[in-house]
Amino acid sequence: MGIFFHIGRYFALIAKVLSRPEKGRVYIKQIFKEVDALGLNSLGIVVIISFFLGAVITIQTAYNFENPLIPLYLIGLTARDSMLLEFSSTIVGLILAGKVGSNVASEIGTMRVTEQIDALEIMGINSASYLILPKICGLVLFAPVLFIVSNFVGIIGGWVAGVGTGAVTSYDFIYGLHYAFNPFYITYSFTKCLVFAFIIISVSAYHGYYTIGGALEVGKSSTKAVVYSSILILVFNLIITQIMLT
Amino acid sequence: MIAVENISKSFGENNVLKNISAKFEQGKANFIIGQSGSGKTVLIKSIVGLHEVDEGKIMYDDRDFTNMNIKKRKKIRKEIGMIFQGGALFDSATIEQNIKFPIDMFTKQTTEEKLERVNFCLKKVNLENVNHLYPDEISGGMKKRVSIARAIALNPKYLFCDEPNSGLDPKTSIVIDNLIKEITEEFNITTVVNSHDMNSVMQIGDNIMFVYQGEKWWEGNKEEILKSDNKELNDFVFASDLYKKIKKSIS
Repeated sequence: MGIFFHIGRYFALIAKVLSRPEKGRVYIKQIFKEVDALGLNSLGIVVIISFFLGAVITIQTAYNFENPLIPLYLIGLTARDSMLLEFSSTIVGLILAGKVGSNVASEIGTMRVTEQIDALEIMGINSASYLILPKICGLVLFAPVLFIVSNFVGIIGGWVAGVGTGAVTSYDFIYGLHYAFNPFYITYSFTKCLVFAFIIISVSAYHGYYTIGGALEVGKSSTKAVVYSSILILVFNLIITQIMLT
Repeated sequence: MIAVENISKSFGENNVLKNISAKFEQGKANFIIGQSGSGKTVLIKSIVGLHEVDEGKIMYDDRDFTNMNIKKRKKIRKEIGMIFQGGALFDSATIEQNIKFPIDMFTKQTTEEKLERVNFCLKKVNLENVNHLYPDEISGGMKKRVSIARAIALNPKYLFCDEPNSGLDPKTSIVIDNLIKEITEEFNITTVVNSHDMNSVMQIGDNIMFVYQGEKWWEGNKEEILKSDNKELNDFVFASDLYKKIKKSIS
């Protein structure tokens, strides 16, 4: 099946997902469940990764700033902008594509091969909307929280590594964090976060929803979900950057 | 009553259903029998709309299901209960949540009323005190019974059972068969059972349709099935030694 078949089927699925829910109250309950399952459960990994990313960025920047003419506060500025512009949105997005994407694809794929999706359809329920819409809403709603936490922890990681290794003083690092701050970067990164959250869930759900076969195929769908959502994150990172930063 | 008229279904080059017509009567256990791969599951999934038929009509009490829009189809689907081969219970939900699910989605009952209905359905299938267990904590036979309980939660007019006895021991199979029969008669439901278990057919079958290589090959009741001279039907029905002996004693 060609790429256009998949693109067409993906948009047909999204149209089905976004159609009017059967019972709003049930969906709202599901959204809260998904915020917990997909968002809150990802908080740990986001914190760990962001801390180390911030630390590594700071040490690498300090290593490259050996020229005494370059002010040391630029280490703090670089850590801030790197986390804000790229790491907290794109890198965390790629990591979530692995964690959340495989989870969503295997959950929905298993429901497909064990006829649970057929059971929903027989009951007269829009299975695509019931299963996928709360997941999309859950992660899209929680993605900004993950983004803020990632930035905050990343900068703390940078400060700990910079000050701890003696590469930069606490004063210089914090001065750099405040220096030449452009608030539009937050809008840009928030936009990326929301788009990436939508891509992760919708692409993974698409692969899970159309699984045919058994356990082996569920595994394959899960792998495809991670691969395609990662590629799309990178492509949309470029597109959004081109649109918003040039 | 459900009537299918000249339905055909293909998957690519593979012509799975060939011009099948049949009537499934209300208040009776209507069996579709046939070998594995004969097209039984495709037929039942086509009748409930999980597969779109290429040709023909499916009528639910004179309502043309094949040419209906999604909204009207949904209305009919709320009148359908289905028991799947593997149970198809939601494995992340408890037994109570499984049965309550359709009630939650389509009624405005209070929490007490919902619980009352769940317990009524569980009692109907002879299960009690399993409300808070998960599907993987109960046996295969119990899963089938929970599946029946969920299927009758909204008082369906039509009940479809896809291989309800697969993977069950003979004694549990009889319990499930009797439950299906009892529910069919008590609530006057149009029941369609897809099976290759001859014990089930002889136990509760009212009307029997034999499907062979995607075609309706034979139709009758359980008395007629034993006396039929249809070769393909006899090869299927009297495949086991036990049924061969029965055939011998009849002839």
